[in-house]
Amino acid sequence: MKVHEYQAKDILREHGVSVPPGIVAHTVEEAVEAAQKLADEGASQFVVKAQIHAGGRGKGGGVKLAGSVEAVREHAEAILGMNLVTHQTGEDGQKVRKILVTEAVDIAQEYYVGVTLDRERSMNVIMISTEGGVEIETVAEESPEKILKEWVDPTIGLMPFQIRRLAFGLGLEGDAFKQASRFIQSLYNAYEAIDATIAEINPLVLTDDGRIEAVDAKINLDDNALFRHKDLAELRDVHEEDPREVEAGEHGLSYIKLDGNVGCMVNGAGLAMATMDIIKLAGGEPANFLDVGGSASAETVEAGFRIILKDPAVEAILVNIFGGIVRCDRVAKGVIEAAKNIDIDVPLIVRLQGTNAEEGKQLLESSDIDLQSAILLKEAADKVTQALGRGDTVAAS
Amino acid sequence: MSILVDSDTRVVVQGFTGSEGTFHAEQMIEYGTKVVAGVTPGKGGQTHLDRPVFNTVSEAVEQEGANVSIIFVPPPFAADAIVEAADAGVEVVICITEGIPVKDMKPAYHFVQKKGVHLIGPNCPGVITPGQAKVGIMPAMIFEEGSVGVISRSGTLTYEAVDQLTRAGYGQSTAVGIGGDPIIGTRFIDALKLFEADDQTEAVVLIGEIGGSAEEEAAAYIQAHMSKPVFGFIAGRTAPPGRRMGHAGAIVSGGSGTAEAKFAALEAAGAVVVKNPALIGDTVKEHLAAA
Repeated sequence: MKVHEYQAKDILREHGVSVPPGIVAHTVEEAVEAAQKLADEGASQFVVKAQIHAGGRGKGGGVKLAGSVEAVREHAEAILGMNLVTHQTGEDGQKVRKILVTEAVDIAQEYYVGVTLDRERSMNVIMISTEGGVEIETVAEESPEKILKEWVDPTIGLMPFQIRRLAFGLGLEGDAFKQASRFIQSLYNAYEAIDATIAEINPLVLTDDGRIEAVDAKINLDDNALFRHKDLAELRDVHEEDPREVEAGEHGLSYIKLDGNVGCMVNGAGLAMATMDIIKLAGGEPANFLDVGGSASAETVEAGFRIILKDPAVEAILVNIFGGIVRCDRVAKGVIEAAKNIDIDVPLIVRLQGTNAEEGKQLLESSDIDLQSAILLKEAADKVTQALGRGDTVAAS
Repeated sequence: MSILVDSDTRVVVQGFTGSEGTFHAEQMIEYGTKVVAGVTPGKGGQTHLDRPVFNTVSEAVEQEGANVSIIFVPPPFAADAIVEAADAGVEVVICITEGIPVKDMKPAYHFVQKKGVHLIGPNCPGVITPGQAKVGIMPAMIFEEGSVGVISRSGTLTYEAVDQLTRAGYGQSTAVGIGGDPIIGTRFIDALKLFEADDQTEAVVLIGEIGGSAEEEAAAYIQAHMSKPVFGFIAGRTAPPGRRMGHAGAIVSGGSGTAEAKFAALEAAGAVVVKNPALIGDTVKEHLAAA
């Protein structure tokens, strides 16, 4: 699960990570109040930052420096409600509903520090770099020697010498070294305590007056661990998610919207990806990823159809179920039930394979639902190709 | 021969009396797997499915000679179950549970490694050696005894590949679902190593997917050590970057973990690459019949 920058910073502050003061605002008035409060505490300049889950906010015009409380008002007026387009939002952009008003610090030096899981070693890795403020992926590609890494053995934990190596690696000394060491330890503690999958500070800065601070913060949480973090689970912002994906989640379906013309509904994530691939090979483009999980009941299948059909780009639907524990005849009944309740106005191809596949196919074919059934994956692919061809003909005539 | 499980396998089911554990234990018994005991803490001394229930795995090992464990324990307690099984001295631990927090899996993984135990999964369909033992949740009827080893990160996609192989006339020596999580006990390399050393296995089908670098590591291993033909398919060519495709591990990030890179690595290593998931069986047949 993703959280906003202001939420990430709140979490980090609670764990003793040094973060400049900042206040979240939902309206222009709140933003002005926030700036006034920060000014009363000694801030003389501010940064107004759009709070959306995507990165690249600055380039899209969602981050502005303000020299006065009045300037905060102007920027807040411009940013709140804007449709912010970044390289991560897609063309449609993301509506800005909240902004973070924060004290602007005078930056002497920018660094990077991040904690994540190294899957190859099955342990956490802490990465630091003197190349802060740019995308770490770019640094990794162009000058990998500028990234220092320390791997944390989970049976012994993060050791002080590792923190020293990282902080010395940034070329720091004296008080800045001590602050950076504390920062890294606190960041790592926070990452572990909240079951994060990523905790990334970019940039981490050394200010003109010698403080180490997190100017930006990105945290992703492990969905599988939210059961033991009820408070963090509440930080979820459904506005930042595709409404169809949210609806799917409520039905226990895993759905991801894509840009193609053939919808698909599959049991199992791996088979779902393979089905997307086969749609492409059949001459279409997948309109979605949709894993109905283990049940594939009439209810879930119906919910799946409804979600797929909300996408006007869908010209055909391929249902691909490999029945193992789920019997195909039951899935077939589910498809027939669902199809009775919904008006499916595009070609429907249903491929059932595995336990009771023949019975399932017979049920489908003897029903009055307009569909094409298949047992082999290649048959299903051929039928997708035919359906798309037929769609073209109809469109042309 | 075969790998990991065979007719001498004596299975203990952790989470035996729960609905999942019960259902799949019944299926395994029906297949002929020697399920010798179950573990449900607090229910020791009872009998379930005509098998003894113990409070701890070590009792099942000591009293019933269990040497393989299969885990159906809910996610919050599953990492503990893995460590308990490894500590009790079973040789193979197969964890079916999906949704274990990564933080719990890290120490469990390293503990298991230190013990020298084979951990399969978590979040996997299990292991089957057709005709000998099914220690998992896969539909038994699609499998047939034979000489092709199957390794896969997925569940239903494994069934798809196996079904195509069986239809093409190629049974399986053993099929291993290694799981779709970011941290898994047995990786492609480990399973390849076992298949290379197994007399019964003449070829290996490897089903990968986007995310991570396990397929690239497998490619390097194939090039250096595999004398048997390897067939590779990678799911997720059409998946967009930065999105998690159902499996926690299936994500393309920062340009790495793409299907293209994995296909290319396998191809360069001398594996036969199958780009169309509908043609896995046909491709294997074509190559093995010609050889």
